[in-house]
Amino acid sequence: MADQEIALMAHLLRRAGYGASRDEIEAKAAQGYDNVVKELLNPGDDPGIDEDLMYRAYPSYFDKAAIETGQTEWVYRMINNKYQLKEKMALFWHTILCAGDNKVDNARTTAIQIDKFRDMGMGNFKDLLMMLSTDPAMLYYLDNIESHKTAVNENFGRELLELFSIGVGMDNEFNYTEDDVKACARAFTGWNLAPTIPVFPYGRTPFEFRFDPADHDYGEKTFLGETGNWDGGDIVDIICKQPATARFVARKLYDFFVADEPPVPSWRLSEPRDIEAIKSLEKAYFDSGYEITAMLTVLFNSDFFKDEAVRFAKVKSPADVVIGTMRMVGDHLEPKPGLFFVAMEPKYMGLDLMNPPTVEGWHMGREWINSGSLIDRINFASSMLGNTDLPGVRSIINRLMDLGDVPSSVEFLDGCLDLLGPMDLAQETRGELTEHLDAGGALKHGNAAEQEEFSRRAGETLQMIATTSEFQFG
Amino acid sequence: MVSTVKDPVLAVISLSGGNDGMNTVIPYSNPHYRDYRPALGVPEDQIIPITDQLGFHPALASLKKYWDEGTLAIIQGIGYPNGSLSHFRSMDIWATCEPEELGLTGWLGSVIQDVDPKGENVLTGVNFGRGLPRSLAKEGVPVASVGDLSSYGLLTEIGAEAQRNEALDLFGRMYAPAIGQGVVDDYIRRTGIEALKGADILGTAPGMYKSEVEYPSSAMGGYLRDMAQVHNADFGTKVLFTTAPYNIFDTHANQAVGHANLLQDIAVSIDSFMTDIRQLGKSDNVTLFFYSEFGRRAMDNGSGTDHGTGGIAFVLGDHVKGGLYGEYPSLEPNKLEDGGNLQHNVDFRSAYTTLLDRWMGLDAKAIVGGNFEPVPFL
Repeated sequence: MADQEIALMAHLLRRAGYGASRDEIEAKAAQGYDNVVKELLNPGDDPGIDEDLMYRAYPSYFDKAAIETGQTEWVYRMINNKYQLKEKMALFWHTILCAGDNKVDNARTTAIQIDKFRDMGMGNFKDLLMMLSTDPAMLYYLDNIESHKTAVNENFGRELLELFSIGVGMDNEFNYTEDDVKACARAFTGWNLAPTIPVFPYGRTPFEFRFDPADHDYGEKTFLGETGNWDGGDIVDIICKQPATARFVARKLYDFFVADEPPVPSWRLSEPRDIEAIKSLEKAYFDSGYEITAMLTVLFNSDFFKDEAVRFAKVKSPADVVIGTMRMVGDHLEPKPGLFFVAMEPKYMGLDLMNPPTVEGWHMGREWINSGSLIDRINFASSMLGNTDLPGVRSIINRLMDLGDVPSSVEFLDGCLDLLGPMDLAQETRGELTEHLDAGGALKHGNAAEQEEFSRRAGETLQMIATTSEFQFG
Repeated sequence: MVSTVKDPVLAVISLSGGNDGMNTVIPYSNPHYRDYRPALGVPEDQIIPITDQLGFHPALASLKKYWDEGTLAIIQGIGYPNGSLSHFRSMDIWATCEPEELGLTGWLGSVIQDVDPKGENVLTGVNFGRGLPRSLAKEGVPVASVGDLSSYGLLTEIGAEAQRNEALDLFGRMYAPAIGQGVVDDYIRRTGIEALKGADILGTAPGMYKSEVEYPSSAMGGYLRDMAQVHNADFGTKVLFTTAPYNIFDTHANQAVGHANLLQDIAVSIDSFMTDIRQLGKSDNVTLFFYSEFGRRAMDNGSGTDHGTGGIAFVLGDHVKGGLYGEYPSLEPNKLEDGGNLQHNVDFRSAYTTLLDRWMGLDAKAIVGGNFEPVPFL
C-alpha cells in the first residue's frame, strides 16, 4: 500500500480518535479514506463497548462513589470504544462546555453529563445546548440553581454566551451586550434541580433537573435585538441562528481537529488561522440546520485537514498521549487490573478529566507542557513502548524483522519511525539515534539469542523515540 | 516582626479530605462534646490534656513534646466566610485564596515566583507526590513533582544503571541543539533540558543524606523522608509541599479506627521529620504548616462525621511561638451554623499572611488578595 495513504489514514485516526495499531491503520487504509470517514461519522446507537462486561468486571464504575472511578471508566471507554470519533467528541465538548466535579461533588452526576456529550456530540448543536441548559451538573456548576425570578444569578447566562456558544466577539465587533447577558439569565430563572438526596446513608444519587414555574421570570425580554416573553428554549433558538455561533463552533472544531487557535476570549480581535476553512464549516452549519456531523463531514473531507503541514503540528493532549499510547501498544483492550494507574496519568499530565481548572477549560497546545508534565509524558510513553511484552510492541518488532536479515541502522530507525507514525525526526536527532544503533553492532535476528537482542534494541529505540520532542506532537 | 532567619523555608502539608478538628484537639471538659459525639467521643482517660479544657487525640502523642517545648502553634476555628462543604472547591479556595471566583494561581506558586522571579532555580519549589497541586500552580513557574525521590527522574523504568545513564546521555544530546523547528518545538526542548537538570540535581540528594531516623512506611512517611532529604541537600528549595493521600481524611464512616490511624500516621511522620532535620542541624530555617480544607460536623452520624466548616491548623518550627491562637469555636447549640457546623473565627488567609510576611519576608497582601490580620505565632 502506498505510504501516503497510510500516513493520511494514521493522521485521520489520530485526530478523529485516539490513534490505532499499525494493523488497524493498514486495514482501514485498505477500506479507503472516504469509506472510513463515513464510518466514523455514522456510529451506531450502541455504546461501542460491551458495557455488561465492563460493569461486571468493574462494578464500582456504575455507582461512581468517587470521581476517580468515573475517570477510570472514561479512560476504559476511550481505549476501547469502537466508535472512536464519537468517543473523542465527548472529550471535545467537555473541553468547551465545562463543568467540574470539584464543585459539583457528585461524580455520577458529572459523569452522566459526559455520557450525554458522547451520545449527542455529533448531533444538532441546538439539542446540545438545550441538553446543557437542563443538565444538573452544569446548572449546579454555574450557579443557575441560585438564579431566581427576584434575584437573578448571571453566571450560567453569561458563560452560555461567552464560552459555550457565541463568544465575546468576532471581526473586531462585540457579539452581545451586558443587557443581552441579563436577558439571557432571566430566561433561565427557574431552571433548577429537584431537591437532592443526601449522600449518606443512601449513596450517590444523581441530581435531577426540575423546572420551577413559580421561580421563572415570564416578563418580556429583549435578547440580541429580538423582543418577546422568551424562556431558555427561545434563547437557545436565537443563539443558534447567530453567525457568531457558526463561527464559534467552526473555530472550535478547527482548533481541536486541525490546528491550534488562540483561546476564545481573544477571538474578537484575532482572525482565524484559515478563514476559508472556517467559512466552509460555517456554511455546513447553516445549510444543515446546525448539524455537527455535517460540519465534521466537510472538515474530514477537506484539503485543509488532509494537508501535510497540519500533521504532527499539534501538541498532543494528555488524553492523546495516554490513550494513543495504550492503543498503539495494545494494552487494556479488555478488563484487567491496573487500569486505575493508567487512568490517573492524564491528571498527572495536567488533564484532570471532569475537573477543569475553570469554566474556561484547559489551556491547550504548548501549555500542556511544563517540566513536570513533560517528565510524566516521556516516562509514560517510553515505559509502554519499551515494554517488549506488550502485543502492539511485539507486532512492531516482528515487522522490523521483516525489513531484512540485517537491516542497517538507518533502515531500522526508519522502520521504527514508520511503524510509530509514520513520523519523522529532526536530522540531528536521527543522527544521534543511528549513531547509538551503530555503536551496538549489527542488527541480526538469525537465532534465538540474536532475536532476543534484536527485540531489546527495538524496545530501546522505540523508547528513545518516545522521549523526543517530535513525539509530543500528534 | 519579620524573621531574620537566613533562607527561610516553608513546608506545607495538606490533610486532604477534611480532618475532624473536634477529635484532633478535643474540648474534653465541654459537656456538649459528649452530647455531640455519642459514637465517636474519645474516652476521657485516653485524651492527652494540653490545657484544662483541651486535649490531644491519643494518636497525636508524638507531637505533645513540641507543645511542651513551645514550638507548636495551634490555630483554632480556622476557615473562611461562607465555607464550602465541597472538598474540591474548598481545597481550591485554600490553594488559591479565591473564595468567590474560581482561581488559577496557587498561593505557593506566587511564593516561588516572588522568591525566584527569574526562575533561575528549577528546584525553588518541590512537590512530593504526583501531578501539580493547585497550591503550587502558576504560569511560568517550574515545580518538580517527586513521587518517590529514590526513583525520580526521566526514563526511570530502565532498571540497569549503566543502560539508563546511556539513555539519559542520548536524551540530553537529542534535546540539546536548538534546531529551529518552530517555537513550540524549541520550547519543548528547553523544558526537557530543564527537567533533566532538575532530576540530575535531585538525584544527588539521597547520597548526601545520612540519618538513623525511622519514618512510618506509609505514603506520608515516604514523602516527609524525601522532603527531609531534599531540604538537607541545600538545593535552594524554599517551598516544600505534600498532601496526604487524596481525600483520605474524609471520615464519613468507621471514623473511630480510621481517624486514629490517620492522625497517628501524620503525627509520627511529622515527628520523624522534625527529629531528623534537627539531628541534621537543618531545622533552624524551616517552618511547617499543616491544615485541612475544612473541619467536620459537630455531631457524629453514628459511625463517622460529615463535612463541616471551622477546623484546626498547626504550625511547627524552632522559631514558632507555641500556644493556642484564635478561639475554640463555641459548641453552644445556638452558635453552630447551618445545623451543626463550628463557626470559624480565624481566616486561613491570616495564617498565610503570618507565614508570608513574617517568615518568608514577602508581600503577603498581593499573594492572599487583601489585608488580613496576621496570627502572631511568629
